[in-house]
Amino acid sequence: MLLIRCPYCEKDLPEVEFRHAGEAHLVRPSNITEISDEEFEAYFFLRQNPKGIVFERWRHVHGCGRFFNAARDTVSDKFLTTYKAGEPKPALGESA
Amino acid sequence: MRKYSAFAIAREAFRGHKGWEQQWRSPEPKAEYDVVIIGAGGHGLATAYYLASEHGITNVAVVEKGWLGGGNTGRNTTIIRSNYLYDESAGIYDHAVKLWENLSQELNYNVMYSPRGVMMLAHNIHDVQVFKRHIHANRLNGVDNEWLTPEQAKEFCPPLNIDKNARYPVLGAALQRRGGTARHDAVAWGYARAASARGVDIIQNCEVTGIRRAPAGHVEGVETTRGFIKAKKIGVVAAGHTSVIMQMAGVRVPLESYPLQALVSEPVKPVFPCVVMSNTVHAYISQSDKGELVIGAGTDQYTSYSQTGGLHILEHTLDAICEMFPMFTRMKMLRSWGGIVDVTPDRSPILSKTPVPGLYVNCGWGTGGFKATPGSGNVFAHTIARDEPHPINAGFSLDRFRTGRLIDEAAAAAVAH
Ligand SMILES: Cc1cc2nc3c(=O)[nH]c(=O)nc-3n(C[C@H](O)[C@H](O)[C@H](O)COP(=O)(O)OP(=O)(O)OC[C@H]3O[C@@H](n4cnc5c(N)ncnc54)[C@H](O)[C@@H]3O)c2cc1C
Ligand SMILES: [Zn+2]
Repeated sequence: MLLIRCPYCEKDLPEVEFRHAGEAHLVRPSNITEISDEEFEAYFFLRQNPKGIVFERWRHVHGCGRFFNAARDTVSDKFLTTYKAGEPKPALGESA
Repeated sequence: MRKYSAFAIAREAFRGHKGWEQQWRSPEPKAEYDVVIIGAGGHGLATAYYLASEHGITNVAVVEKGWLGGGNTGRNTTIIRSNYLYDESAGIYDHAVKLWENLSQELNYNVMYSPRGVMMLAHNIHDVQVFKRHIHANRLNGVDNEWLTPEQAKEFCPPLNIDKNARYPVLGAALQRRGGTARHDAVAWGYARAASARGVDIIQNCEVTGIRRAPAGHVEGVETTRGFIKAKKIGVVAAGHTSVIMQMAGVRVPLESYPLQALVSEPVKPVFPCVVMSNTVHAYISQSDKGELVIGAGTDQYTSYSQTGGLHILEHTLDAICEMFPMFTRMKMLRSWGGIVDVTPDRSPILSKTPVPGLYVNCGWGTGGFKATPGSGNVFAHTIARDEPHPINAGFSLDRFRTGRLIDEAAAAAVAH
């Protein structure tokens, strides 16, 4: 079980308090009815699924209830950082 | 290839078992192949076997980063069934079941296919309605699946607790009698031996690190840890690592990779006659011929390539197993492990050409592709050999996520399968 830091509660808490909510920084096109099938596929279905650093959303469902983002290494499952929703992707050094 | 038979066993018994030969060759990679398959799991090896046996294409290499069968093929709980809802799914999974029925004879290798029946438990009204809908849809497709009352379910599987006060009461079950299990390692080994005998090179400990493409787009070959290997066609059959490999060719895929775990108990005498699945409480159980209970759990909620999942996922499954089969509450668990499964948005696989000429992909089997191994390899070989899908896999195209023609088993079952 992962230990996850909620950036709102500012505490490391067990994974069972959280719900994973998919890849982060996906922006729903504001003109969704006008975009092409290719653009819709890219937005709705295609995912990075990286072996390495993933940027992903989590929700502290059994806590403050808020969504936030995390950078995690999908090989070690280690969290590099968590940050509040709306904040830009953090710059992670190569060594991270 | 020396044929395995009762006579061969007797012959070898008389000469101290000195005459058994290596089951497959381990050659150095050639400079060029007609087809390179990436990934020596069951699906990749089956693809190579059928390329050779049905399409006469024998200049084939199967390139594997670890050891053959060491991916999800060697980590799965081996449940085989074909009672899926949609026509396309019934088509491909039942094609596989028909091939399972004769596979040991065809490969001259005992894959221990055991049609002992797969029983799926219904625990609430929703389950009952969904299963009955499946049974009707299956009947229209000629796939066997029948409804059992709780009493009939208990008769079929005596350890089952059908007490009305159970935490997850059994309201009935759907039974596919042709469903069952097979020995996962033997499937990989049997296909590897039969493919190798027909000229296919199986190259283990050789990781693909890049896909080289000509300026016009067509594939030229694979970069590997053992050097460049030229290829006219490339088939990607890499399960949880498909996204990584497709990225090498510049193709994005609708996949996410999740850990999925299983565990086995200490071996005991035969106590469990069939396979029982409960999607609602995430418990999958059967007994191997060695006597171990083989128990499958659910996926973790986050994507990962770590091949390890969370302990609470296993506990959740064991809670359900103990409730449904009280006689197992004091059994010791021996081992647990994880695999990385590649999940599509509609929970159906992709067996398809790609936008890159000469590149083909067979992936997205997620939590349930072992059962399809022979059928998948069979129609994927056709797709590569003819450069067009077999009618059975035509619907499982990569572009369905653009056209919207999904095969939405996810919505139909609402859970892993
Ligand atoms: C715990 C668990 C339980 C399961 N239970 C069931 C079940 O009961 N019934 C069922 O039908 N299915 C089940 N499945 C799913 C099933 O195991 C898979 O769908 C199926 O085995 C996939 O086979 P494959 O040959 O495509 O993949 P794999 O066997 O994973 O083979 C892919 C191969 O590609 C290799 N590879 C990856 N990257 C590279 C590279 N860069 N270069 C070279 N080689 C590479 C890997 O090393 C691997 O050997 C389960 C899976 C798990 C993990
Ligand atoms: Zn919080």
